[in-house]
Amino acid sequence: MHNTNEIIKTVDLHKSFGKLHVLQGVNETVKKGEVVTVIGPSGGGKSTFLRCLNLLEVPEKGQIFFEGTDITQKGVNIDLHRQKMGMVFQNFNVFPHLDVCKNITLTPVLTKKKSEAEAEEMAKELLNRVGLIDKLHEMPGKLSGGQKQRLAIVRALAMEPDVMLFDEPTSALDPEMVGEVLDVIKDLVKGGMTSVIVTHEMRFAREVSDRVLFMAEGNVMESGKPADMFDNPQTPRFKEFLSKVL
Amino acid sequence: MDLGLVCANIVKLWTNYWHIYLIEGVLTTLKLTVFAVVLGALLGVVVALLKMSKSKIVRFFITAYIEIIRGTPLLLQLMLFYFVLPQLIPVFDFNEFTWVAIALCINSSAYVSEIFRSGIQSVDKGQTEAARSLGLSSGQTMLRIVMPQAIKNILPALGNEFIMMLKETSLASTFFIGDLMTSHAIVKGATFLMLESLIITGAIYLCMTYPLSKLVEAFERKMKNA
Ligand SMILES: Nc1ncnc2c1ncn2[C@@H]1O[C@H](COP(=O)(O)OP(=O)(O)OP(=O)(O)O)[C@@H](O)[C@H]1O
Ligand SMILES: [Mg+2]
Repeated sequence: MHNTNEIIKTVDLHKSFGKLHVLQGVNETVKKGEVVTVIGPSGGGKSTFLRCLNLLEVPEKGQIFFEGTDITQKGVNIDLHRQKMGMVFQNFNVFPHLDVCKNITLTPVLTKKKSEAEAEEMAKELLNRVGLIDKLHEMPGKLSGGQKQRLAIVRALAMEPDVMLFDEPTSALDPEMVGEVLDVIKDLVKGGMTSVIVTHEMRFAREVSDRVLFMAEGNVMESGKPADMFDNPQTPRFKEFLSKVL
Repeated sequence: MDLGLVCANIVKLWTNYWHIYLIEGVLTTLKLTVFAVVLGALLGVVVALLKMSKSKIVRFFITAYIEIIRGTPLLLQLMLFYFVLPQLIPVFDFNEFTWVAIALCINSSAYVSEIFRSGIQSVDKGQTEAARSLGLSSGQTMLRIVMPQAIKNILPALGNEFIMMLKETSLASTFFIGDLMTSHAIVKGATFLMLESLIITGAIYLCMTYPLSKLVEAFERKMKNA
């Protein structure tokens, strides 16, 4: 029954931290090739939603289908599914004890997707694409924030994922570095990478999304095409949010 | 007090008894320390892993183990192992030295397990999340991502634990086990030169601990720059 066009589908997703009911029954679908941005006020549950998608947070109720498999079921090998879901974090989380090249090649080699030589070849190609090829054997400590985040992105891409999850990839960056990272993401989605992007960059959201989700108080309050959403907000909650951020 | 006399006595003690200090004392002390810290470290890894276990019961017992060992005097533990356990479990026909070594080893395991645990917890949670999100297993994440970063906190702490243990083994002299402090007791008993023998004994301990602590410091400095 699985629609092969659906990469991710959540059904009635609930997540609480203690008494705090952070996700209150989220039903969303991400289609193949689709670029979905998630916007909303702080604490609205955007990160939690994104982190549930690859089970970094385990929901207490509901289902998450990834390419047709309910990954919340017992006995599912989540590692295999995560290999096809790249994730990029606000704080980069590059591996400081490994050089740039090793940061990229470690996982493809360890998971036996690639030989050492193949992985290094791909690392060079990816670094070329994001303008970091001259840093191949640099340690991450020597990189700027923008460079670290570009490294984190290609590290995820090296696993050749079917979907990329971004959690505020530019929020920890100095303003002058935001552009270089957004450009990399733009290139990526133009190339057809299915992506879910949590962001506070409204202009960027408007430019790259096929669909925008407005999340607040633990659920998607409004969603649609970016132009419709931004020019014609429906709910008072979203109007209020837009008036604050635009 | 006649400083010249003290110096002369020190020289005399050293010339007559150096082998008791060095051959018996230092050797036994080092043997005890290495045994306690190396086996204690191995046991400590197991304890640390069990402490992070999913089972509540396991965690309860491990926590109790750690707290009891760290919350009671080593001398008490030594007495338990030296006097009580050999009678309680006579099947284990160990000699006295081995009982003392086992007590030190178990004592060390509790401290080492905390060294491992805090070393692992000092690594940013984001590192684990990033590794897991790439699809690495928890074992691969621990081995390839967390441990290599934790080790720079763990190794200096282990070095300090070794230095601590080297000094703590002196408590074994309570049972005349042949360590450096026992050597002091022997020489003092034979010569009644308490101060002189204490100075020699202290100097030997220092000769062992000072270079070690410098080594730990140098390692820490190197790690900070890396
Ligand atoms: N691990 C956690 N333990 C306890 N509470 C948490 C945890 N993670 C998130 N929360 C809480 O859940 C709520 C939703 O957090 P979440 O990070 O999903 O919000 P967000 O929409 O991403 O916000 P922001 O824009 O600030 O990143 C917040 O109130 C947050 O404090
Ligand atoms: Mg967030």
